[in-house]
Order: sequence, then C-alpha cells, then structure tokens
Amino acid sequence: MTATETAPQDRVDGSTPLMTLAAVSQVFDTKAGPIRAVDKIDLSVNPGEVLCLVGESGSGKTTAARMAAGLARPTDGKVEFAGNDIWSMNRHDFGSFRRSVQYVHQDPYASLNPTRTIQQTITAPLLKHGVVKGNKAAADKAAELLTKVDLTPPENYLPKFPHQLSGGQRQRVAVARALTLDPKLIIADESTSMLDVSIRISVLAMLGRLRDDLGVGFLFITHDLAIAKYFGWHGKTAVMYLGRIVEFGPTPKIINAPTHPYTRALIDAIPEPDPDLTKTKGRQSLRSLEIPSLAHLPSGCSFHPRCPLFEDGLCDGEVPELVEIRSGQSAACHVVARDGAGEVRPDEPVA
Amino acid sequence: MVTTSTSGATRAARGGEGKPLLSVRDFKVEYRTGGGATVQAVRGVDLDLYPGESLALVGESGCGKTTLGLGLLRLLPRLGHASGKVIFNRGDGTEIDILGLDGRDLREFRWRDAAMVFQGAMNAFNPVLKIRAHMHDTMRAHTKATRQEIEDRAGELLRLVRLEPERVMDCYPHELSGGMRQRVLIAMSLLLEPEVLILDEPTTALDILTQRSIVDVLHEVRERLGFSMIFISHDLSLAAELADRVATMYAGRLVETGGVRDLFYRPRHPYTLGLIKAVPPIVGDLPDLESIPGGPPSLAALPKGCTFNPRCKFATDECRQAEPDLLPVTDEPGNAHDVACIHWKDVHLERRVQDDLGTAS
Ligand SMILES: Nc1ncnc2c1ncn2[C@@H]1O[C@H](COP(=O)(O)OP(=O)(O)OP(=O)(O)O)[C@@H](O)[C@H]1O
Ligand SMILES: Nc1ncnc2c1ncn2[C@@H]1O[C@H](COP(=O)(O)OP(=O)(O)O)[C@@H](O)[C@H]1O
Ligand code: SF4
Ligand code: SF4
Ligand SMILES: [Mg+2]
Ligand SMILES: [Mg+2]
Repeated sequence: MTATETAPQDRVDGSTPLMTLAAVSQVFDTKAGPIRAVDKIDLSVNPGEVLCLVGESGSGKTTAARMAAGLARPTDGKVEFAGNDIWSMNRHDFGSFRRSVQYVHQDPYASLNPTRTIQQTITAPLLKHGVVKGNKAAADKAAELLTKVDLTPPENYLPKFPHQLSGGQRQRVAVARALTLDPKLIIADESTSMLDVSIRISVLAMLGRLRDDLGVGFLFITHDLAIAKYFGWHGKTAVMYLGRIVEFGPTPKIINAPTHPYTRALIDAIPEPDPDLTKTKGRQSLRSLEIPSLAHLPSGCSFHPRCPLFEDGLCDGEVPELVEIRSGQSAACHVVARDGAGEVRPDEPVA
Repeated sequence: MVTTSTSGATRAARGGEGKPLLSVRDFKVEYRTGGGATVQAVRGVDLDLYPGESLALVGESGCGKTTLGLGLLRLLPRLGHASGKVIFNRGDGTEIDILGLDGRDLREFRWRDAAMVFQGAMNAFNPVLKIRAHMHDTMRAHTKATRQEIEDRAGELLRLVRLEPERVMDCYPHELSGGMRQRVLIAMSLLLEPEVLILDEPTTALDILTQRSIVDVLHEVRERLGFSMIFISHDLSLAAELADRVATMYAGRLVETGGVRDLFYRPRHPYTLGLIKAVPPIVGDLPDLESIPGGPPSLAALPKGCTFNPRCKFATDECRQAEPDLLPVTDEPGNAHDVACIHWKDVHLERRVQDDLGTAS
C-alpha cells in the first residue's frame, strides 16, 4: 500500500489532488556508485492543504521537492499536477504548471538577485508573464503583494536592495515573488530554518494566512519537527529516512503518537523549551549514531543498524512496506506492522 | 539505557554562592569598522560564573553572544578590542586578571584554565592534520606529557564523548561527520582539564539525533569532570536542557539572568518572555505562539533609552529616557534573578508547556 492510498482523502469535493508523486525515484551517479536519493515515494497534496516533509539532512527532502516542482525529472515514477503527468505535458501546459507551483528556497540570502531592487525583483515576473500591463500597474501589484507578506508600508521596501533587508524581510520578499503568478502550490524548502525564532514564527504566521485566505497548498519541508507541528497541525506529515517515507499520517498523530521507531527517536531526541519537561522526557538510545551512506544502504529496513527494536532475521531481510497501522497513519516497519502500535505509548493522539 | 539527566535540578540556580570562578565586570567590546568608526558589540556586561555551573547565553542573531565569549577568552579578531575587568580565580587562590595577560601566560590560561569550542566545527581544525596530530600538538604545546600519556589521555576523552579512538585518531577532519567533529572538538578542548569551557552553538546545524548525542555527551562529561561551562545558543530548548542558569542578551547587554526555572517559568524581561513565547514545544497540543515584532537594532544606531523599546509592548515614555540597569528582583539568598526593565513587575508568562501525555519514562 502507498501513502497516497492510505491517506484519508479529505478533499473538499472529491476532486483530484493538486500534486501527486507516484512511486517516484531519483538516482544520482556518484563516485561511490549510483545512489537512490529518493526511492519510490508516494505523496499527494490537496488544494489548500499542508503536507510536511520532515527528515534529517540527506534524507532526500530537497530532491523530492525539486521533482515536485518540475525542476528535476524523476528516474522512475510519475509526477502529476491536477491529474496530468507533468513530463507528458506540451510546452504550454508545462509552462502553466511551472507558474502554478512555486519553489521558495531555503536560503533567503542566495535566492534574491543582489543587484535588483525589491520592486524590480517583484515586477519582473509580473511583466514577463503579462500578469499586468505597464509599469504603473506592476508597481501597484508589487505594493499589494508586499502588503500580503506584511512588508508595510510597501513604499519603504520597494526601492531597497536585498542587502538592506534582514533575513526575515528577505524571506518575505521571496514569498511575495512566489505569489506574483498566483500559485496553487508553494513548495517551501527549509524556508524558515535560517531565521531567528521570533522572526520564524511571524513568517510562518504569514504563510498560514496565505494558506487560509488564498487557499494555497503547501509542500512544507523542514528538518525541525516543532516547526512542522506548528505549520502543519491541520495537515499531514511524511517522515523520510534515507530516501524512503517511513511514516505518514495526520500531523498531530505523527507528533504525539508516532509509531515508527525512527519517528519516535526523533521526537524523543528533541529538547523541550521547558526545563522540567525536557529533563523527564523518556529517551531510548539508538544502537548506532552513524547514518549509513546511500551508496551502501543496509539490507532490509535501512534503519536496522540503529533501531532499538531491531530483530535479527526479520528487519535485515525485506524492505518494509508502508502499511496502515492506525486509521490514517501508516509506517514502514516489520515489528510495528506485526505487533501494532497499541501499547507503544500510553497516550492517544490529541486530535 | 535512559539518558535523561536530572542532575541539572540538584545543581540548580546557585548564582551568588561561594566564590565565582569567573567574575566579569563592565565588560565591553568594540569593533573597528573602518574609516575611524567603531561599533560596540558588547556594552558593559556583569557576570559571575560559579564552579561546576552551566550558564546558557541566549538571544537573537547579532546580539553579541559570540563576541562576549571570544572576548572573555581573549580570542577576538584583530579589529576587536575588549575593556573592563575579567577575573579568573584559580583553585589555589590566585586571581588572574585576564585582560592583563600576554604571551605565555595567556596561552596557558587558554587551554589549562579555559577553552572554547567554536561556532562551525570545521574551521577549528587544520585540514591537513589527522586527529592524532591535533591531539598531540595541543598536549605538547602545553605539557611535558609523553607520547603514551597523550595517547592514553586522548583515548580516554574520545571514549568519553562516545567515539572509538582506534577509528577516529587516524582520520582527517573531513573524513568525520559533523557530529563526530563536534565531539572530537569537545574532547580536544578537555585535554588540559580546563575549569571553564565555552561552547558556541555546539549543536546548531547538526541533525536532531546528532544534536541529542552531543547534548548527552555534554551532560556526561560535565558529570564526570565537573567543569563549568558557558554555552551560547539561540535555541532556548537547549538552554532548558543543559543550563543551571540562563543569561538573556540583547543589543550587547545582559537584560536578564537567573536560574533556569526562574527564567523559563517566571521571566521578568519582555525580551526573555518574547523568546519563550516564540518557541514551539514538541509534545502536547498546538500552543499559541507569538513573535516579537521587528528585529534587533543596528549597533550603529541604538534606540534611546531601553534598546528593546521599539519592539516592546510594555514600553512607556519612561522607557525611552534612560537604559535600565540589571537589578535583582528577589533578595532570596542563593537565588539570584536580575532584570534590566523598569516594568518588570508587570511581566508575567501565562503559558506553560504542558506535558499532555503524562511523562513517559
Ligand atoms: N569582526 C567584526 N567587525 C565588526 N563587527 C562585528 C565583527 N564581528 C561581529 N560584529 C558585530 O557585532 C555584533 C555581535 O556579533 P556576534 O557575532 O557576537 O553575535 P551573535 O550574538 O553571536 O550572533 P549569532 O547568533 O548570529 O552567532 C553584530 O552586530 C556583528 O555584526
Ligand atoms: N545533484 C546531486 N548529485 C549527487 N547526489 C546528490 C545530488 N543532489 C542530492 N544528492 C544526494 O542525495 C541525497 C539527498 O539529498 P537532499 O535531497 O538534498 O536531502 P535533504 O534535502 O533531505 O537534506 C544526499 O545524499 C545528497 O548528497
Ligand atoms: S523494521 Fe525493524 S529495524 Fe526497521 S524500524 Fe522496524 S523494528 Fe526497526
Ligand atoms: S524597560 Fe520598557 S521598553 Fe525596556 S523592556 Fe522594560 S518595558 Fe520594555
Ligand atoms: Mg535540503
Ligand atoms: Mg554567534
């Protein structure tokens, strides 16, 4: 079974998902031999929905996101936008797909052209794609977009260059630019990782308003589960490990009642911003601290050399499939599939 | 194995007890920025670090945390200049005036009395030397230890930070993962048994499970070796986990210091309160988060009066007059809690992260 099939498809009108990755893989040739940076993953995002993709660095999040954005062609599998295979589209349709899906980069310092003013940065795509006609209309639209991302009054920001703005302000400009073409889906790749905590929350709140008011769907990528929780609480979360999805489900369940040993290790490992709570949090040690290389993936479950629940003969044999463990929540683990996740934690999910 | 440490609670806030190991008064750091101009990155810090204590220095980017850490160990870049008083009390009763040290005395102070683990682990290594050479060079520069003694000491410390010496000693720095490099640096910094260890963002940029291993390693080595530490972090959760005391830094000054429980449960400075409210906890229900509007001021143009006033929702006209001093909010002995805010009595944290799940063991 796949994540797409097990997902409760709570679509507004039963329509097709906005974006679907079906058994998508990406293989890179490296000096160490071919590596499967993404291995047969299934994902879908519905209109106005948030799908969080979490995992440690190198787990394949950015590679998956680049395929979803049409920036890289999968080695295997299909990427569909509104039900259509993007790599079979004609030029015109591919162009309109690329405009509907905007990618917001993780580094606000690298993603803006330093020689362009904010006004030039935002009006360029507006004029190029004929969203508005004439400089005056473009400037008005730019001001409107800056207001949407809380850069007010816009006159203060339009004439500035990126180096004159703070990290948070630059990230807002990058979002405003992504909004120029009225996207249906925003792919945010670690968009708030480089920001200070306080600024991060305000950028997330701004993105949340776009989601609610404009109905934009999000593929929201982060290595920080607390951020996934905050932004994706009403959506779903997929946890990646070494190119595969190991757990998938509604975000509150992933955070408060994870079933896969890897997800549980992640959640337990995170310190809490509360001195009493963080010191009483239960923690299991992993059998190894080292992340295996993609060029030499362990046999069977690739988490097995580190997993506290490892069972010889079971875990190092077949690759576990992603199967439903609880309603709407699936995991790729032999032991959890066999024993269930009932007594794994005393708690029940909050939502 | 359960790696939770509860020892932090017993080591609790003991600011003010006994004689401080490190005593900092009116400490300032200026950077020359060209054309005769200077900026003050640290503007008068008073701070005491007690034996065995773990102090977290928190605050947003650019508040001067790294500059303060570098300045205390006389490691500032050439264009930086420190002034004020920094006294280190050696166990034998001698007092050392750190800003007055030079040459040999300074080098000796840096490894034997105090050591620093820098922000960004890679830069701290010489890329063409193996870990073994780093260990030997450091020990030989400061002691008369024999080859075997160095091997033994390095091996012991590497095992303490959960590395296998046989595997690591013959590696070049680039052959190790980020988490392994960070652990090697911690081991190296402890070679000469310093009394004070300063760690700058020890877990930033590392993966969650790797961060956890560093945090556990720090708990363990501190338990075993009993040094004091100052660690710099923008991550409040790390402070909650590792600190006995917390100091909040804003625009080059400390605006609040206190025991870790006082700071997290009873913050009295609007900036500390704002930082706490902006951090999403991981367990439990979805909390209400709030951001602090705006960003830290430019050092070249600090707001008049309390430097936090443009972002502060408690601010009144009075706040724009003079910069408040860091003053005690309690006279309970052994429980120092100091705040630099004229309206601190009005500042209360309502939210407390609840462990809705009951505490798993
Ligand atoms: N070599 C330097 N020359 C001039 N100014 C500097 C220099 N190094 C740092 N500064 C300035 O001093 C201030 C404090 O910098 P510092 O690196 O201490 O901050 P920090 O709190 O450690 O921030 P971060 O969390 O980003 O590491 C900043 O405004 C910075 O721009
Ligand atoms: N263009 C590429 N060529 C070779 N390997 C790559 C390339 N892009 C990514 N990788 C590798 O693929 C894996 C997944 O990378 P990435 O998708 O960037 O992970 P994440 O975003 O989760 O950190 C990593 O091992 C990375 O080194
Ligand atoms: S399949 Fe086995 S090794 Fe893999 S996560 Fe499950 S218990 Fe652990
Ligand atoms: S002194 Fe005034 S402006 Fe400064 S933190 Fe206190 S209330 Fe806010
Ligand atoms: Mg990435
Ligand atoms: Mg710093």
